[in-house]
Amino acid sequence: MPDAENAFKVRLSIRTALGDKAYAWDTNEEYLFKAMVAFSMRKVPNRETTEISHVLLCNVTQRVSFWFVVTDPSKNHTLPAVEIQSAIRMNRNRINSAFFLNDQTLEFLKIPSTLAPPTDPTMPIWMIIFSVIFCIVIVAVMLLIFSGIRQRRRKSKGPSEVDDTEDKCENMITIENGIPCDPLDTKGGHINDVFMTEDERLTPL
Amino acid sequence: MEKSRPLWANPLQFVFACISYAVGLGNVWRFPYLCQMYGGGSFLVPYLVMLIVEGMPLLYLELAVGQRMRQGSIGAWKTISPYLGGVGLASVVVSFFLSMYYNIINAWAFWYLFHSFQDPLPWSVCPLNDNHTGYDEECEKASSTQYFWYRKTLNISPSIQDSGRVQWEPALCLVLAWLVVYLCVLRGTQSTGKLEQLANPKAWINAATQIFFSLGLGFGSLIAFASYNEPSNNCQKHAIIVSLINSSTSIFASIVTFSIYGFKATFNYESCLNKVILLLTNSFDLEDGFLTASNLEQVKGYLASTFPGKYSEVLPQMRNCSLQAELATAVQGTGLSFIVYTEAIKNMEVSQLWSVLYFFMLLMLGIGSMLGNTAAILTPLTDSKVVSSHLPKEAISGLVCLVNCVIGLVFTMESGNYWFDIFNDYAATLSLLLIVLVETIAVCYVYGLRRFESDLEAMTGRGLNWYWKAMWAGVSPLLIVSLFVFYLSDYILTGTLQYQAWDAFQGQLVTKDYPPYALAVIGLLVASSIMCIPLVALGTFITRCLKRGDTPPAA
Repeated sequence: MPDAENAFKVRLSIRTALGDKAYAWDTNEEYLFKAMVAFSMRKVPNRETTEISHVLLCNVTQRVSFWFVVTDPSKNHTLPAVEIQSAIRMNRNRINSAFFLNDQTLEFLKIPSTLAPPTDPTMPIWMIIFSVIFCIVIVAVMLLIFSGIRQRRRKSKGPSEVDDTEDKCENMITIENGIPCDPLDTKGGHINDVFMTEDERLTPL
Repeated sequence: MEKSRPLWANPLQFVFACISYAVGLGNVWRFPYLCQMYGGGSFLVPYLVMLIVEGMPLLYLELAVGQRMRQGSIGAWKTISPYLGGVGLASVVVSFFLSMYYNIINAWAFWYLFHSFQDPLPWSVCPLNDNHTGYDEECEKASSTQYFWYRKTLNISPSIQDSGRVQWEPALCLVLAWLVVYLCVLRGTQSTGKLEQLANPKAWINAATQIFFSLGLGFGSLIAFASYNEPSNNCQKHAIIVSLINSSTSIFASIVTFSIYGFKATFNYESCLNKVILLLTNSFDLEDGFLTASNLEQVKGYLASTFPGKYSEVLPQMRNCSLQAELATAVQGTGLSFIVYTEAIKNMEVSQLWSVLYFFMLLMLGIGSMLGNTAAILTPLTDSKVVSSHLPKEAISGLVCLVNCVIGLVFTMESGNYWFDIFNDYAATLSLLLIVLVETIAVCYVYGLRRFESDLEAMTGRGLNWYWKAMWAGVSPLLIVSLFVFYLSDYILTGTLQYQAWDAFQGQLVTKDYPPYALAVIGLLVASSIMCIPLVALGTFITRCLKRGDTPPAA
């Protein structure tokens, strides 16, 4: 029966899935399996009369793996593979949960499982975060540019104005007579060296 | 009286700026790779020797020049000798090339950072194929992290000839990266960047090179920073501090990187074993859970003898799992950062947190380096009367950022990564060696070592140790010349240059030759910066000849 035309090989990895809580594979479990296959076939139109006795298992190994076929009521020939395949695919979840297994640990060779598509949000998450950071940076740039323009205008109106050098990225200030000046100030350096302090905040001679 | 030059608020700021410049991506992705390739801990010996003999003296030299001349690189070298303005210009050109391609790394870091806020991490799972029965083929053949890097991030083409279109997602990230850089340099350019480069075998050559490039010599950034110093600043002390911190960061980063390598190697080794176990269990219908890592060899022997036919069928599919082989796969550069590290991260607990932290760190390093680089370009521009009289500082910075951003879009094309590799490997290697060599010779022999020494004494109030003099005048130039000769001969001997291209069908990298126009670009990159030096010297010579009608005296 292995490799027969309408036969499928099944492979279970109970110990991998359940570890310590693994159950032993015995004839009762086989009965349950037959019942689940029959249940799946009964859901197919035209096959509502499938009985547990129509499902035949053989070549059960220690793995645990075995082959199975489903025969028709007359027990003369086996049901086509395509029907069995679609029936199993539709009820895969029920069969898996009956045995506490999943698609990887209860394998039907030759029956590919439908993988769950990843949830795709309408707006990718990265775009959201990108837009937030982008807006913050644009706003900061605008602020700096405008404050720079304002400072320059104030400077051209009143040269003795005192200004704050704020900005976290602006880390140098010229100190003349203890008053911070804007680096764009092109006044020319009149530096009073009487005010040389110990921490050398003024330009020395 | 000269216009008052902006100053650092205190010496600590200057030191931090230099450190931020020097400590960059190279510490993270180049140095650990070199350690691994050249014997681990023993690489530290040539590295530390080169640090003391080459790194510190040259760093001190650049800082001293900047602090003494109080101008950016072009002005500083013009002051030393009018014929040497080309050195400064060459530095600016190299910095310009660097800023063109370097920021794309930050763009990639932003991309990964934004994608770190998902569960599961997008590079930890393969996407499904079209009929949802399995995973995407390319992803299966390679790995999910490689797939995410080559397909989702770069959308890489099979070779450098297939340019493809500009990818809008990395382009957006590049624009953001440039906006962040612009934000920081808008009002004043005070940060530093870091630079690293590299070439070939030989532990000592690589140690010398690593130190050289790791400290960021020759770009003009250090001169720019030092030019904002008080003249009395003790730059000797700072040179030592910066180089020591730079090296300690490299060593620290290696420790971290080695543990990441170990984690990844162990994990891969165990998955490899599990795959072999599964294969054997399924082929021979053994009891589930019977085969473990410990009895694997025994059982393999037993199966080989009991079922020789079937075993020989299965044998080609079985991989020989070796922890040594996993550990030996050393990677550097973008491969390390974006493939190996992400692979390690995806297997950790709370991987989103580690991912965010890691890419944030990469961004900090990368942006720090970019700022230093931009300083190297902007300082000469703002120093020059021609430019700064017509445009305000914000406009100059904006223009530089805009031009670099537009050119940088080339690296967001499908073949962009190949062009990135070209720039990364060739834009700064030979040119920088030559620039620093000329700098050293200029200071020692053209300007005069004694004159420079007395300048420094007058400036800082401290004498110049004999050690520095010996290094500047003799050892360091000799070392650079030998490095230069080695590089040249290596390039000539290797013949045609080759590159690694990603093959989507095989799911791995293949070696290909560069087409002629790519080779032309490489030649242009190297030549355009080097040629500045003789061309400007020649130009100055001719202008002086024309002005005086007489041979001008040597500066």
